[in-house]
Amino acid sequence: MVQLDDRAAVRRLHDRLGVGPRPGDLDRTFDAALDALLGGDAAGEVAAPVPASPPRPAKGDRAAKQDAARQRAEDDHALTTWWLDRLVTTGRPAVERTTWFWHGHFATSEQKVRSPWAVLAQNETFRRLGLGPFADLAQALVVDPAMLVWLDGDDNRAGSPNENLAREFLELFALGIGHYEEQDVREAARALTGWTVRADTGKAELVAKRHDDGSKTVFGRSERFTAQSLVTLVLERKESPEFVVGRAWFRMVSAQPPAADVLARLVTAFRRDTRTLLRAMASEAAFRDEGNSLVKQPVEWAVGLMRALGVRPRDLERKQADALLRALRGLGQTPFRPPSVGGWPAGGAWLTTAAWPSRLDLAKLVAERADLEAALGTADRIEGVRRLLGVDSWSDRTKTALGKVATNPVQLVVVAASAPEYVVSR
Amino acid sequence: MDTLTRRRFLTLSGVTAAGALAFGATRVNWDDLMKAASDDPLDASQGVLVVVTLYGGNDGLNTVVPAEDRAYQDARPDLAYEPGEVLGLGEGLGLNPGLKGLKQLWDDRGLAIVRGVGYAQPDHSHFRSMAIWQTASPRTSVPSGWLGRWLDETAGDDPLRALSLEPLLPPMLAGERTAAASFPLSGLKLPSGALGDAFTALGQASDGEEHWQARVARSIADLRHTATTLTGSPEGGKLPDDDPDEQRDKGSSAGGGGALGAQLDVVARLIEAGAPCRVYSASLGGFDTHSDERATQQRLLSELDAALTPFVRRVGKRATVLVYSEFGRRVRANASDGTDHGTAGPVFLLGAGVQGGFHGAQPSLTDLDDGDLKQTTDFRDVYATLLDRVLGTEPERVLSDHKGQLEGLFA
Repeated sequence: MVQLDDRAAVRRLHDRLGVGPRPGDLDRTFDAALDALLGGDAAGEVAAPVPASPPRPAKGDRAAKQDAARQRAEDDHALTTWWLDRLVTTGRPAVERTTWFWHGHFATSEQKVRSPWAVLAQNETFRRLGLGPFADLAQALVVDPAMLVWLDGDDNRAGSPNENLAREFLELFALGIGHYEEQDVREAARALTGWTVRADTGKAELVAKRHDDGSKTVFGRSERFTAQSLVTLVLERKESPEFVVGRAWFRMVSAQPPAADVLARLVTAFRRDTRTLLRAMASEAAFRDEGNSLVKQPVEWAVGLMRALGVRPRDLERKQADALLRALRGLGQTPFRPPSVGGWPAGGAWLTTAAWPSRLDLAKLVAERADLEAALGTADRIEGVRRLLGVDSWSDRTKTALGKVATNPVQLVVVAASAPEYVVSR
Repeated sequence: MDTLTRRRFLTLSGVTAAGALAFGATRVNWDDLMKAASDDPLDASQGVLVVVTLYGGNDGLNTVVPAEDRAYQDARPDLAYEPGEVLGLGEGLGLNPGLKGLKQLWDDRGLAIVRGVGYAQPDHSHFRSMAIWQTASPRTSVPSGWLGRWLDETAGDDPLRALSLEPLLPPMLAGERTAAASFPLSGLKLPSGALGDAFTALGQASDGEEHWQARVARSIADLRHTATTLTGSPEGGKLPDDDPDEQRDKGSSAGGGGALGAQLDVVARLIEAGAPCRVYSASLGGFDTHSDERATQQRLLSELDAALTPFVRRVGKRATVLVYSEFGRRVRANASDGTDHGTAGPVFLLGAGVQGGFHGAQPSLTDLDDGDLKQTTDFRDVYATLLDRVLGTEPERVLSDHKGQLEGLFA
């Protein structure tokens, strides 16, 4: 395998385990960059806006529902802009990167949840527990209010279980398809019965009379499983850490699964916590394999661009913030709204012709807000924009393209951000 | 790399095919299609297949309803339709009240309902079961869709023989070598002036470029050919707004989009113009009705009905339509007035050549497989019949290990 040089490896670290490089980030050594990504502090982080919507959607007549929907749309807008801003400005890149990863892994959409409170609370859970032991995160998510609404967990009760959450927990969150039987799903659903979301507070609670406290048989073991003991049982399966590690590898390192020896090392690290997993992934030779390129997800691309150019979503006027979110929707990726519980697609799915107008709109919007004269320098602007975006090198093709707009800083940035060398993380 | 492993990765990430899909789909524009229609119009003797996928697992028992069956009423007391509510079809069955247009087509002998369609050892995962239906391979994972293999077998390198109206190419249209083209409902606009020139220059292939970067460049090059939009206006058309819809959103956790009417309208226009496509794919999502199912499903079926009925009236002499979902739902309702993932369900066929009426046996409501219906018709029998009678291809070339067709489905 061809290995990336040191500078490109540092750039890849920022792409994959962080939220994209800022000018100067690539001057560090690999080890120092990794420490900086995994460390940092919360100084300057802005607290989330307080939603004006009630914790659970209000009941009422048609007019009341419309008012509530309008308020919710406002809250969702504020929340999405806030998270994008947090991603762009964070001093703790790995924290936000893993928050983003877990959001795609435990993919929950506000489309059905309809509670800005609940999706914010889930987001804060990813941020609080995302680098810690997976067990803590899984335990929190299986009784997370947004998750309970999204996968009908709050409708799951003794005598007539609703399997939605139990099935997706096994299939998509913790174990992977093929590692359980239908009977396990049905019995697991019984273990999860009784967890509901309170209408007044929006908090999850176990209602004893809705919980089936009889014996359930999961993976051949019969016990009076609860949500908690079920999660413990599932996570003890050999396939569980292998599955979750594979998902992290797929999003952060390569579309090719890790080799068996690599997987074994990563699982050992992951058994400790996700922070250790990230370090272990970065230390694998495959992490520096030039062939392991990934198409940036649209949010990763947009956040990286804004971070490099120093443009903050919270500073945008309302119309521009609207345009930013509209462009992301056109690219197919809006935070808090994954398309299904299976999460977002990857690779070629993002490279559709139909996405280009949105990509160009977004790049232009960001470039127009940036102080480009200073950032690009005056000498060689094609080289200047390469440095600014942290691209390893331009192909002759791209240099030719950039040469056509070299005198116009905004257009230069738009073309650079659209170049294959920036849309793909080498 | 091991394609099966890769495919599992893709499956889990929501992109459910490898093969040609890994390289993305060719995008085409209205002008390309119209030019192809005039240069190389589809021969009137060649059948056209329109596949409508219902994402999320449509509840078959509340679509073709055994309302007079005691066991049905007992299994889902709050969810069941009364005999007086459904649109009677005979044999104790009735259509969901949302399907009024399809009922008229039924009365005109234009709707075939194949009952109890599924496969052995059913899988209850949305993602896996949809992959099984779309690849037509229940037992082993294969990297190509059934219509993708049909493209491989018959289309040469012409992606226009099959066309997707969905934002992402469905796996069924990805072959080993050929993938269907895709046509965006939204408009496309190219930048002009110096920026346009520079952007166009990015679409040049660069020697020895890495795979994904080369794909980015290709998609830019493709865009040049897609500058004119469906509406013909330089600003392009607009996707229908993402209107919050409480009913649809309840069943949304298994994916799928809306705007089926808009998709089928485009298909109808293309068919009327003689576009050289033999296969079209459209979809509707929201059928994952684990809770409050009745209103949600009826709303979705009404949308299906409103899109499908005028489409069949318009081009049904020319095109044959297949409507399916990845599975039906459990016979017994759950506690939340919904149903969990089940197995076999009804498949609809409409339009050219179709013999209206019931086909296949209605699954028993008392002889269940662990609470689920037992399939009575293998879904590949339906595919084989369509390959043979609509696409004029020997089914064995596409469905290598399957024999059998549905007798009497076509005149």
